[in-house]
Amino acid sequence: MLEITLFYIAATIALVATVLAMTRANAIHALIYLIVSLLAVAVIFFLIGAPFAAALEIVIYAGAIMVLFVFVIMMLNLGEKGDQQERHWLQPKIWIGPALLVTLLFIELLYVIARVEGPVSVTSVSAKEVGLSLFGPYVLAVEIASMLLLAGLVGSFHLGRRYLDRDGIEKEGEQ
Amino acid sequence: MEGLNVPLNHILLVSSLLFAIGMLGLMIRRNIIFILMSLEVMLNSAALAFVAAGAHWGQPDGQVVFMLILTVAAAEVAVGLGLVLQVQKRFKTLDMDHANRMRG
Amino acid sequence: MLELIWLIPLIPLCSSLLLMLTAGRLPRLLIGYLGVGSVGIAALLTLAAGIHFMANPEPFELTLWTWMQVGNFAPGVAFYFDGLTLVMMSVITGVGFLIHLFSTEFMEKDTSYARYFAYLNMFVAAMLILVMADNLLLLYLGWEGVGVCSYLLVGFWYQNSANGQSARKAFIVTRIGDTAMALGLFLLFTELGTLDIQGMVAMANETWQVGDSIPLIACLLLLGGAVGKSAQLPLHTWLPDAMAGPTPVSALIHAATMVTAGVYLIARTHGLFLLAPTAMMVVAIIGIATSLMAAFTALMQSDIKRILAYSTISQIGYMFLALGVGAWTAGIFHLMTHAFFKALLFLGSGAIIHCLHHEHNIFKMGGLRRKMPVTFWSFMIGSAALAALPMTSGFFSKDQILLEAYQLPGMGPWLWLGGLLGALLTAIYSFRLVFVVFFGKANTEPDRDTGWRMAVPLTVLCALSLIGGYFIIPVEAVFPAASGEHPAHWVEYVSISVPLIGLLLAYLIFHSRQLRVDGLVGSRVGQLLRRFWFSGWGIDWLYDRLFVRPYYELSGMLKSEPVDVIYGLIVAINQTLNQWLSEAQTGRMRWYIASMVFGLVVLISLALQISPEVL
Repeated sequence: MLEITLFYIAATIALVATVLAMTRANAIHALIYLIVSLLAVAVIFFLIGAPFAAALEIVIYAGAIMVLFVFVIMMLNLGEKGDQQERHWLQPKIWIGPALLVTLLFIELLYVIARVEGPVSVTSVSAKEVGLSLFGPYVLAVEIASMLLLAGLVGSFHLGRRYLDRDGIEKEGEQ
Repeated sequence: MEGLNVPLNHILLVSSLLFAIGMLGLMIRRNIIFILMSLEVMLNSAALAFVAAGAHWGQPDGQVVFMLILTVAAAEVAVGLGLVLQVQKRFKTLDMDHANRMRG
Repeated sequence: MLELIWLIPLIPLCSSLLLMLTAGRLPRLLIGYLGVGSVGIAALLTLAAGIHFMANPEPFELTLWTWMQVGNFAPGVAFYFDGLTLVMMSVITGVGFLIHLFSTEFMEKDTSYARYFAYLNMFVAAMLILVMADNLLLLYLGWEGVGVCSYLLVGFWYQNSANGQSARKAFIVTRIGDTAMALGLFLLFTELGTLDIQGMVAMANETWQVGDSIPLIACLLLLGGAVGKSAQLPLHTWLPDAMAGPTPVSALIHAATMVTAGVYLIARTHGLFLLAPTAMMVVAIIGIATSLMAAFTALMQSDIKRILAYSTISQIGYMFLALGVGAWTAGIFHLMTHAFFKALLFLGSGAIIHCLHHEHNIFKMGGLRRKMPVTFWSFMIGSAALAALPMTSGFFSKDQILLEAYQLPGMGPWLWLGGLLGALLTAIYSFRLVFVVFFGKANTEPDRDTGWRMAVPLTVLCALSLIGGYFIIPVEAVFPAASGEHPAHWVEYVSISVPLIGLLLAYLIFHSRQLRVDGLVGSRVGQLLRRFWFSGWGIDWLYDRLFVRPYYELSGMLKSEPVDVIYGLIVAINQTLNQWLSEAQTGRMRWYIASMVFGLVVLISLALQISPEVL
């Protein structure tokens, strides 16, 4: 019973944190809320018997990926002017249309989900099973994922290098 | 550890709500950093659905797909943030509506 | 000796090529010598060949080389020389030489002197190939060659667009006939497997019976070609307009030689026509109808050259009549005498036009008798021969045609009556011309008289027109013998007297003015007929309405390519769609995402509608 209560609390936190993250004007604030949301999702993972996924969610998502965001935001140094600009952009006339569309989509999803029944399994899936499965039938997917990561590495290096190269900025700025 | 009797459709409900919020954020924000964050939210909601479905069947496949989503998210964020730097350098703004040179 | 006849067309051809390639850079005197001399040499060679042939009158074949070899079809460049060929060649080179000589004076002021002789020599060469050809394909080559030369020479003064129009008209109208003829050649080749004229006629006689349908169709198709080239009904409209060319050209091409090519074609293939009596009847009827129609028209014209043009059409009608009734020899004989006297008349009119500053209207001439005596006598003799006054050349040939027409069983007397009416009209219009132009009071002053280069051809042609009737043409071996019967004497007397009556009428009306026709002409019916005949029986008008205008309208419609509209529509639709879609390419990513979400919503609702159990 405690676990179920914990689940609903975690779910509520996740949803509220996400909504706040989406509506903040300041990027760092939004990011903090997003991390909170991710941590809440990690709790849900843990509660439904996926401890390995929960650990990865915290380490990689909330840790590594979000840190990347933080670095970039700090690098850009948007400041107070950026916040005002964001607030100006977030007016009801801008978000009312998309909100309607998304509501429609959500109602449709709800309609589909409504027919799913039954509880989540009682047994948890251990890290060992996941590992066996990863390097068993999914080994090709792992290889492809590693390729993807390599491509991401090369791509981000290529894109980011010019920015760090001061001379490059000035040259291109003159153009 | 024991699993628990959360109804599956409640988890899926949470997942769809997250997805919808992410998508809303995608549509209403003009700042490219917020767009990337919205994408993260959407990916995360998909991952939640996968893990929940895997737990429902007692199979590891859900978590495997979660890890694949994780790699996709990592790669996407790396490239996406690189692009953010470029956009900032070229347009001196993060407003995506300024980066519309490819209009037809 | 006869082995050398290939030189006869070759020499004018070489001269023509030389004149073309030098493009008028030669001195004028040399151009004249080349142009006239080449035809003169050809005439001398023809004379020599004729003498040789008279001594030994055997048909002679000369194959130079095989033109092409396609399966079992191997037409040769081969010449066939017999009495008919000799007559035609003599006319072409002899009259041709005189006209060339005349031209040197007529065209002496013209800037395109060399071009003129190049065309004229090429014409002579093509015409010689036409009459000497051993097979119908080579004949067709010559046939088209003279057509091209006719086109080039009618439009010789191309700076005036009306002349170009006349040239095109001549070319296109004859092309209709040529197409029929080409079809006839195809038919004959598919049926008989050869186009060699002698072999083909022999084979046709073995294959078909008299009255079969295939020779009838073939003959009618060949007749179509002949009708086009010889300006007979219904394809005669080009000839009066062809008078836009220089007058010696009209004399050579549109009176003496090319327009008689149709007559030659029918005479040459008479073996085929004998198999199709219906076709012969058609030939005769076309001949007499054309003859009368043109005679009435000639009566009303005021342009000297148009009078002569309609008279030519009318006289060729007589030749067709002769061919139609089987009077082959008489037809060819009339062809020859007509070449003499019509060339004479045309050259005479050329002399008048030359000396009167290109004046064509006969009512602006008058009283030229004393000032241009050579021309006057030329016209007197020419008109007498044209009207077939007794003892002139035209008399012998026309009389023979009328007598043989009379003897044709069935329609004979009617054809004869028609021919008599035509003869009467011929006499009236030819002497109307003489009286109006040479008698009465002078309206214009000629600035000169003819020089010797004009006078000599006129004199020689005068002599030929007078004594031409006593020639005996060596064609008895070519054509089947005439029946030899003579009709009753009164028929002959009537035939002789009709032209004299015509002369008398012309004298009374146009010279002494004793016979007043003003009332007749002035009446409403008279006016109407007058206008009707003047316009050539309204045939030009009719063709204009029937063919020319619908054709222009059709091409006007097709100019905008109506079928292309369909494709244009497709392009327009695509372009519009493209415009709409590129409007959608705002470059705003949020719009893209919003539309993707919208599509997603629609898709999911569709999927739920169609198969809810899948989801």
